[in-house]
Amino acid sequence: MSPQDKTPPRSGSVLVRPVTQLGHLTLAVGRRSMGLVGGLFLLMTGALANVLKGILVPSSRLKGEYLVYQMVRVGVRAIPIVVLCELAIGMILPLQMHPKLDEFGQADQIATINAIAAFRELGPLMTAIVLSGFAGASIAAELGTMVTSEEIEALESLALNPVRFLVVPRLLATVVMMILLTVIADVVMVTGGLLTSLRLGIDPDVYYHLTLEALDITGFMTGLVKAGVFGLLIGLIACHLGLSVKPWQGSEGVGQATTNTVVYCIVAIIGADAVFTVIFYAHGLFR
Amino acid sequence: MSNPPEPKSVDPETVIAIRCLNKSFGVQKVLKGIHLDVLRGETMVVMGGSGCGKSTLLRHMIGSIAPDEGSIRLFDQDITVMSEPEMNEMRKRFGILFQSSALFNSLTVGENVALPLREHTKLDQTTIEIMVKIKLELVGLREHADKMPAQLSGGMKKRAGLARAIALDPQILFYDEPSAGLDPVTSAQIDQLIIDLTKKLRVTSVVVTHEMDSAFRIADRMCMLDKGVILKEGPRAEFEALRDSAEESLANDTERLIRQFLRGDPEGPITQRKVQSDYEEDLLMVSLKMD
Ligand SMILES: Nc1ncnc2c1ncn2[C@@H]1O[C@H](COP(=O)(O)OP(=O)(O)OP(=O)(O)O)[C@@H](O)[C@H]1O
Ligand SMILES: [Mg+2]
Repeated sequence: MSPQDKTPPRSGSVLVRPVTQLGHLTLAVGRRSMGLVGGLFLLMTGALANVLKGILVPSSRLKGEYLVYQMVRVGVRAIPIVVLCELAIGMILPLQMHPKLDEFGQADQIATINAIAAFRELGPLMTAIVLSGFAGASIAAELGTMVTSEEIEALESLALNPVRFLVVPRLLATVVMMILLTVIADVVMVTGGLLTSLRLGIDPDVYYHLTLEALDITGFMTGLVKAGVFGLLIGLIACHLGLSVKPWQGSEGVGQATTNTVVYCIVAIIGADAVFTVIFYAHGLFR
Repeated sequence: MSNPPEPKSVDPETVIAIRCLNKSFGVQKVLKGIHLDVLRGETMVVMGGSGCGKSTLLRHMIGSIAPDEGSIRLFDQDITVMSEPEMNEMRKRFGILFQSSALFNSLTVGENVALPLREHTKLDQTTIEIMVKIKLELVGLREHADKMPAQLSGGMKKRAGLARAIALDPQILFYDEPSAGLDPVTSAQIDQLIIDLTKKLRVTSVVVTHEMDSAFRIADRMCMLDKGVILKEGPRAEFEALRDSAEESLANDTERLIRQFLRGDPEGPITQRKVQSDYEEDLLMVSLKMD
């Protein structure tokens, strides 16, 4: 934040002051988010150019080991938490739905509700939120620390492009792992629902068939598309904020970047989720 | 090349030529009209007090910051107008030892040295491993190849950083404070290393330092930077003579100032300058603000 953003105007009457302050705040927030969107866009085009170049010119391709390393680091540690969250939600949701559905003699429909909720919404969304904390925060902290310890400058001085070398593997890893983890999350949540249904005396065969019925291929695919985009958002935001730390900000800058990453990721994910849902609904994909 | 002809043609033996370099950070002018030539195979030492702009000058020479005005020519090519791919080609011809070593903390020492080789050469794994061993042996760290940077002492980090800097056999080596914060023996070892590398590999070196002992050990030529201007530039002997001369024999304040810096005297023009600065005025401003 530049000093102008911080200092509220001193002049003006008691009545005017809050209004001017609100104006300044709006301007500051507006300027910041424009900067963020612009930065994310630049980073994405830069990464895309490097990916394309890697595909077209094999010699400029990054070693596969970097990608594997990042995928393990981004995704594997998050598996237990994702499984835990989704299992719990998968067990809770049917329990909450059961009394009302039972009134109408529709207790079996628990399977349908659970499947739709899992594949279209809660699978991708919960995984993305978990991964914001796991992968997003750790990527931002790692890159921010690399800035403050002059490692980024050293990388550039060795004629290695940080976008190609650091951002591309992390972006690919978050996208791929988001999709893989979402598949796991979907399955786990449906399993959680099954466990509750068994306790509620629903025939597992009926549960199985209703789940398959609710789960059409478009529902599954829209969920995965969302997951991929969420992964891209997490990777972009984390890399951008991490690399935006200034060398002289030190550990404070790194901490700030880490917190901001988690907050911005969650806001961006929920925003993107809303946009996607409206688009999919308007195109009749949810029928 | 399409560059307009330079008024004074640059000597082919001039590896680095800096002309009229100006740089400000906000309102603070950090470098003011720097002129500097470094010749092939020599060691140029840039001295100056803390915060006078030495690291900033070095960052200009390696192309990590762009100047506000002026030109920086390496091997007779202006790096201030280069595109990123051209600059990357240039970067493969020089190596840098950073003030903080700047090793990649997620890689072992050996991998740090191997990285530029793996990315910029077509050598196979075995050859790279041999090269890494050779470079680490040069700096005396061969047994520590598998350690992580966090497990090294400050002096070892400096040497590992040096091994990485020479991985691609550069023609120019830049050192930012190679011996700062090291004990006298380690510091002397690093100095010896710089001298050896310069002689063995015939590299051109630019060393930024404020350790006078080390400066006089390694320098062929020296220059003194103060508040963003070069006060004096010349062969080491000139600076040695200046250091050993009697204060009364010196004609002007600048020379006395350099002499004080070279000798590390607690009293002299540098100290006086600090005393005369607007300290009282500053205090007054604080009390005025309180009202
Ligand atoms: N990126 C930057 N933004 C703003 N100011 C900067 C920046 N880099 C350096 N400065 C300022 O420029 C001046 C010179 O800094 P520099 O790092 O070049 O000093 P130095 O001579 O290397 O000092 P030292 O011997 O302590 O390393 C300092 O006053 C510093 O505050
Ligand atoms: Mg410095």
